[in-house]
Amino acid sequence: MQKVENPRPMLWQLFKSTFLLSAFTFGGGFVIVSLMKKKFVEELNWFGEEEMLDITAISQSSPGPIPINASVIIGYRMYGIIGSLVAVLGTAIPPMVIISVISVFYTQFRENPIIAIALQVMRAGVAAVILDVVINLASHVFKAKKALYIGLMIVAFICTYFFDISAMIVILCCLGIGIADLLWNLWKERRTEA
Amino acid sequence: MILTLFLSFLQIGLFSVGGGYAAIPLIQHQIVDLHKLMTLAEFSDLITVAEMTPGPISINSATFVGTRLSGVFGAIICTLGVIIPSFIICLLLAHFYYKYRNFSGVQTVLSALRPAVVALIASAGLSILFLGVFQAEKEHIILSNFRWVECLLFVGGLYLLRKYKLGAITVIFGSGVIGTFLYWLIWMAG
Repeated sequence: MQKVENPRPMLWQLFKSTFLLSAFTFGGGFVIVSLMKKKFVEELNWFGEEEMLDITAISQSSPGPIPINASVIIGYRMYGIIGSLVAVLGTAIPPMVIISVISVFYTQFRENPIIAIALQVMRAGVAAVILDVVINLASHVFKAKKALYIGLMIVAFICTYFFDISAMIVILCCLGIGIADLLWNLWKERRTEA
Repeated sequence: MILTLFLSFLQIGLFSVGGGYAAIPLIQHQIVDLHKLMTLAEFSDLITVAEMTPGPISINSATFVGTRLSGVFGAIICTLGVIIPSFIICLLLAHFYYKYRNFSGVQTVLSALRPAVVALIASAGLSILFLGVFQAEKEHIILSNFRWVECLLFVGGLYLLRKYKLGAITVIFGSGVIGTFLYWLIWMAG
């Protein structure tokens, strides 16, 4: 957590970013985290890529909506509890406003052909953004040249994409593998010392 | 009444682990079966609308149900119910994460998690891509349903993102405007 002299411009940027991301994000938690990665890591340089991946794993494994969870953690990272409040407000307000308006005339909304087409074509843009983020992330995993991590990434992809195994199970398994890796390293260290 | 509703959404927030679609049966149980605040038909309409609009499904349904019962005040109370458990739990987790993440042991464990998260994001991205280009889930892809407008938008968007580092919102909003315009042209051309 960092403290800045005058937090106002940063908090405003935080609110503006979470608000816009939330207003334009359709379909699922992983969409918004890739947009957050793009915004906070690549565009604003607020923190690193590995940190964003950790935040994603924590958000996915905690109860509640993933965008809200990620906002709480990113906000906390930037300016403690106040940061969290600002980020959560930014994320929660757009869907609240949109649904309040739509709940009044949702049949008209659902049957409007222009809205249907706009929402449908926007998916192509969303897919482009996610794949752009994925290319960056995956190339870093490959460049690190650690067989264990490359293997985990490929196996995890096959499990989720082709076998529809839930994200929660994949994360828990990798957590187990991480702990096993840690214990293995400790055991090796002790053996070389002895 | 509003207190019951608040408590219902508090439970939804607390027990829906793993994001949007995990929350749907919970919301249905609380809102449709237990408190009879919506009919099943209204609930499925809400899911359709929630899929079409931005934002998490639990927040969307909290706002929808809350607004119906007591306007803006109801919407805020119900949404707070969904958010409060997330807020407290993630604040605690964030606190511990930032306290311990620089320990080498913690780094070793997290390093095994990160490739999995990359895979999860890739999987979500590909699903959305096929949904956009073929208008179908991956099991039901039919090649004749190929949509060249969406494919063009995707390729163009990805090119602009990689080559010119365009912003995410610009690309998404831009694809919405250009795509709608292209469909309008096709419709005009007959």
